[in-house]
Amino acid sequence: MSKFAMELTGVKKSYGDKIVVDGLSFTVAPGECFGLLGPNGAGKSTIARMVLGMISPDAGKITVLGEPVPSRARWARMRVGVVPQFDNLDLEFTARENLLVFGRYFGKSARELEAVIPSLLEFARLESKANARVAELSGGMKRRLTLARALINDPQLLVLDEPTTGLDPHARHLIWERLRILLARGKTIILTTHFMEEAERLCDRLCVLEHGRNIAEGSPHALIDKHIGCHVIEIFGGNPRELSSLIRPYVQHIEMSGETLYCYAPDPEQVRVQLRERAGLRLLQRPPNLEDVFLRLTGREMEK
Amino acid sequence: MDEGFAAALPANAWNWLAVWRRNYLAWKKVAFASILGNLADPMIYFFGLGSGLGIMVGRVEGTSYSAFLAAGMIAASAMTASTFETIYAAFARMRDRRIWEAILYTQLTLGDIILGELAWAATRAFLAGTAITIIAAMLGYAAWPSVLYTLPVIALTGLTFASLAMVVTALAPSYDYFVFYQTLVITPMLFLSGAVFPINQLPGAFQQVTRFLPLAHSIDLIRPAMLGRPVVDVGVHIGALCIYAVVAFFLSSALLRRRLLR
Ligand SMILES: Nc1ncnc2c1ncn2[C@@H]1O[C@H](COP(=O)(O)OP(=O)(O)OP(=O)(O)O)[C@@H](O)[C@H]1O
Ligand SMILES: [Mg+2]
Repeated sequence: MSKFAMELTGVKKSYGDKIVVDGLSFTVAPGECFGLLGPNGAGKSTIARMVLGMISPDAGKITVLGEPVPSRARWARMRVGVVPQFDNLDLEFTARENLLVFGRYFGKSARELEAVIPSLLEFARLESKANARVAELSGGMKRRLTLARALINDPQLLVLDEPTTGLDPHARHLIWERLRILLARGKTIILTTHFMEEAERLCDRLCVLEHGRNIAEGSPHALIDKHIGCHVIEIFGGNPRELSSLIRPYVQHIEMSGETLYCYAPDPEQVRVQLRERAGLRLLQRPPNLEDVFLRLTGREMEK
Repeated sequence: MDEGFAAALPANAWNWLAVWRRNYLAWKKVAFASILGNLADPMIYFFGLGSGLGIMVGRVEGTSYSAFLAAGMIAASAMTASTFETIYAAFARMRDRRIWEAILYTQLTLGDIILGELAWAATRAFLAGTAITIIAAMLGYAAWPSVLYTLPVIALTGLTFASLAMVVTALAPSYDYFVFYQTLVITPMLFLSGAVFPINQLPGAFQQVTRFLPLAHSIDLIRPAMLGRPVVDVGVHIGALCIYAVVAFFLSSALLRRRLLR
């Protein structure tokens, strides 16, 4: 057994002329939550599908739970749970039937499944919806049912593709809490997301992707320290170009995104002094976060 | 490349059963309407053609027209039941409803899914064909006990046409293309295979074509069994149906792999 739950080495994938994953390498340790961060089209879902052996890489090597993928993907998938980017629950069935039918795909008997389904529904906070048809469930409930479905084979590794996109904050926090419980139980998670907050809260380590390339990797704090490492002042309400030339000498770096200026300022007071005379400006001083790292690295704003 | 094709083949001899059971569970919820729908169409043909044309036609191949038609309707109902299940219902499960996609997250392979869908379509065909057989028997158009030989033939007919339809499902970009398959392949097959009138009524060239049509092989097995006559060339007919089923299975597997696993 390799000491990694997952290992990618030099993985490449193109569609036609378009290179979607470009020589990507990373490892995920057992019990770790590893994040794949990147804008739309960065290749996150393509990586997830390659890890599951649903598509083959053009080059490179993938190992999942000690099994080479795609050649032995079926054996790897026996111990993997999946939450896809787009729900694909079976709308003809109730919540309970969805779990039953899915469990059969893993070769489990109805009796074995009847024994675990109630606890899975409870875990997903869907006890009261056991006999509701999937079509009657809200978006958040469907997501939780999909998570319960991913746990039916008691997997060691979970592949979660944007598990909380499209959910309201309450539903999102509920999923995060559930995921933390799974991590505490020793599951390994690989998670793709656009949400910096999600990555910062859940991931032990993450990798920032752009055009299928790994442009930064590390723990959220290490990335923040390395790429920002000082306070951030957000300035809005003025002419960003003019302001940026005014304060440039007093800051380490300036990023412009839409109407907002992000100033990475080791000494925030100096910036404030410069802007004291200006009316109508709004300043927000805060500690740096992952979103700043992302802006810094890609120069592009991500979905909030 | 070679190891990739393994993903398009069944992983073992029993995995497909989980897919079959998924479809069975969904079908059970609407079984009554579904059986009624399966029966209505061939029954209308049977009574419409049988009683209407029967009077004008008189006797065909030494039997009443209705007795002649019964075998044709049994084979045709098996053909249409499994064809429609595969081109419409299985296509929806593959594309619109992403059910196959979810199954591919488990230890099942694409080949397991295809086999499960074919077995399910054959089951639907078996139900439809058997129902017509029972009705024909109640009306006195079935010879006992040779009628029992029709049952495995109905299942095999269903499997063969499911397999052929799976090739169409694998290729079709949308539902609109299924109409071509119906009007250019399925409907002509009905008239060229001796389902509603004897093949020797066709012009000579068509009679040659007929020998290659799977429905004709199916009818050549079912009709003697229904009429209590000896069957000739059993091995040829069964072999032909099996070859169509197997070749189409591998072809559709290769096509679906290209479509879904890339
Ligand atoms: N089967 C395919 N055929 C052709 N191009 C594809 C295919 N699958 C993905 N792509 C392309 O690959 C790129 C990456 O897609 P992917 O879905 O992996 O991105 P993503 O990071 O998951 O994006 P999002 O955040 O929008 O989900 C996109 O430009 C997409 O158009
Ligand atoms: Mg995606």
